Amino acid sequence: MSLNMFIQHFINALGLGSLYGLIAIGYTMVYGILRLINFAHGDIFMLGAYFVYFATIHFKLPWGVGVVLAIAGATLCGLLVDRIAYRPLRSAPRISALISAIGVSFFLENLATVVFTGMPRAVVQPPWLMHPIPVRGIRLIPLGLMVPVISFLLVAGLLWIVYRTKPGLGMRAISFDIETTRLMGVSVDKIIALTFALGSALAALAGIMWALRYPRVEPFMGVFPGVKAFIAAVFGGVGSIPGAMIGGLALGFVEIMSIAFFPTLSGYKDAFAFVLLIVILLVRPTGLMGEKLEEKI
Amino acid sequence: MNEDMNRKTRNFILNCLALAALVAFLLWAPGNLDRYKLRIINLIAINAILGLSLNLIYGMTGMFSLGHAGFMAIGAYVSSLLILTAEQKTSMWILEPIAPWLLNLHAPFLVSLIAAGLAAAFFGWLIALPVLRLGGDYLGIATLGFAEILRILIVNLTPLTNGSLGLKGIPAHTDIWMSYGCLVAVLIFMIRLMNGNFGNVLRAVRDDEIAARTMGIDTFRTRVLAFTIGSFGGGLGGALMGNLITAIDPKMFMIAQTYSLLMIVVVGGLGSITGSVIGSVLITTMLEWLRIVEDPITIGSLHIPGIPGMRMVIFSMLLIAVIIFRREGIMGTREFSWDWFFPKKTKQRPISERPVSDTKGADAG
Repeated sequence: MSLNMFIQHFINALGLGSLYGLIAIGYTMVYGILRLINFAHGDIFMLGAYFVYFATIHFKLPWGVGVVLAIAGATLCGLLVDRIAYRPLRSAPRISALISAIGVSFFLENLATVVFTGMPRAVVQPPWLMHPIPVRGIRLIPLGLMVPVISFLLVAGLLWIVYRTKPGLGMRAISFDIETTRLMGVSVDKIIALTFALGSALAALAGIMWALRYPRVEPFMGVFPGVKAFIAAVFGGVGSIPGAMIGGLALGFVEIMSIAFFPTLSGYKDAFAFVLLIVILLVRPTGLMGEKLEEKI
Repeated sequence: MNEDMNRKTRNFILNCLALAALVAFLLWAPGNLDRYKLRIINLIAINAILGLSLNLIYGMTGMFSLGHAGFMAIGAYVSSLLILTAEQKTSMWILEPIAPWLLNLHAPFLVSLIAAGLAAAFFGWLIALPVLRLGGDYLGIATLGFAEILRILIVNLTPLTNGSLGLKGIPAHTDIWMSYGCLVAVLIFMIRLMNGNFGNVLRAVRDDEIAARTMGIDTFRTRVLAFTIGSFGGGLGGALMGNLITAIDPKMFMIAQTYSLLMIVVVGGLGSITGSVIGSVLITTMLEWLRIVEDPITIGSLHIPGIPGMRMVIFSMLLIAVIIFRREGIMGTREFSWDWFFPKKTKQRPISERPVSDTKGADAG
């Protein structure tokens, strides 16, 4: 493999990995707070992609407006999911909320099939994002550079919210002990809603960039990226935002590089993440950066 | 004591009557119902077997497993590959030739059913060893991962499985005698299992693992055993399904398949044998009945176009509603008992005098 090819793959992996990372952050924040795998997260990602498709291609709105509308719409959906399907189950056994999450995910996928039809739709990429910049024989497109840059900026902003603002303090307090936090006078439900809103906004943005990168949208597009991003979150250590990003990048590199070096394995591309999951759970269940979760007796 | 004997004789007679009623129904059904209805009746039995096996893993032992579609796939493929003839196999494998050792492998239907269950149980045991060290939702994700890896393997290992084309022309060996025979066998097995000591061990592991360990129960071995038995049921159900539908492909065993089984178990009641059977009847008929929303309806001059995909929307809304409003399902952990129909004539004896078996319900046929 030539150096140029390697750099090309490297940039691809960086892009895919940071998208996984963006989705993983939503999983890790919700899991850190509620100990709930929000299965519907991958479908919020799908909704973000669909909303931007309809705003820009169907209704011919400018891209900037479309992106803002899509993020707002997906965030609203994320909030509704929490309000309707998860909040009534806060005091229920955790497994009940998990089944509810599976139900919501199934619901959103099938609703999308009904409303948007099951046919994949092609996304028309704006030309300025796709115009190649030749740099010493490597084909760079602005989109490929934009995805990691935006992702890293967002992670920095999110870290600032979680560690430097008052709602962020609330989030950290809830993940530590939800009941005590409630007794301290924090409106727990609002903080949880904020967590869902932030996670959904990031997932929607990831969905938009995903739709631009692999230019099509379809109702089940969120299933695999969603599960893989959750695996990335586990890999990085559930509850840790930098961990989610690192896990996402690691997964992106594993997927792109193993196919780049062993093209015969391309049929097994989707299996890598699961193998990685089972290995990490056996070797180091807390993930790379995870705090130790103690079994409550 | 005499009264207890009477009760036992009465329940035995009633069980025999129920079984006779089932046999009478099975004798009546093939001549009087159309093929579509017969297929639904078959599906009810198969889904009940699958629901019971998932319930053993999840409801009775408390292991949140999302890998049942994987065990079904193993069962369906093993059984079909054993039943199909060499000519059928050579004509089906068009992308790549079939593995030579597989070509002439052949077995009768019943043997293939048992082989399907054993193969699924073997895989279940194999993945249980590493995966069951995890708890709760991690176990769910890991088993889901296992089922997906398996599906990807089936798509890619073309010499063994014919890849994404799947297998066609499987003889329709599953008739209602076969499916209900298997269901009755599974039911008797489950009732005896859960009323025996092993049932108590399973419940102990589910309800309080630490207390169970203190009592000297090897919780890990117990879970592995329950998981292996449950996967056997998954494989058996998958094999019956393959022989009912007569064609299988990897897409059949996606996560949606596991979700509908989960729905059966949750609606029926986690940990209830009766519940899984009721859940299977309800969910299977409902899924078929909901097809009307996908077909166009014409009432007089009013034409309502069908909405493809709508039945799954309703189905998933129902799952959410059940889990929010009636988490314990229809039966909870209770079981059906003939005693429901007979008011107690005598005063209740104190619990200490009752035999252990008295606290649990008798079984239905």
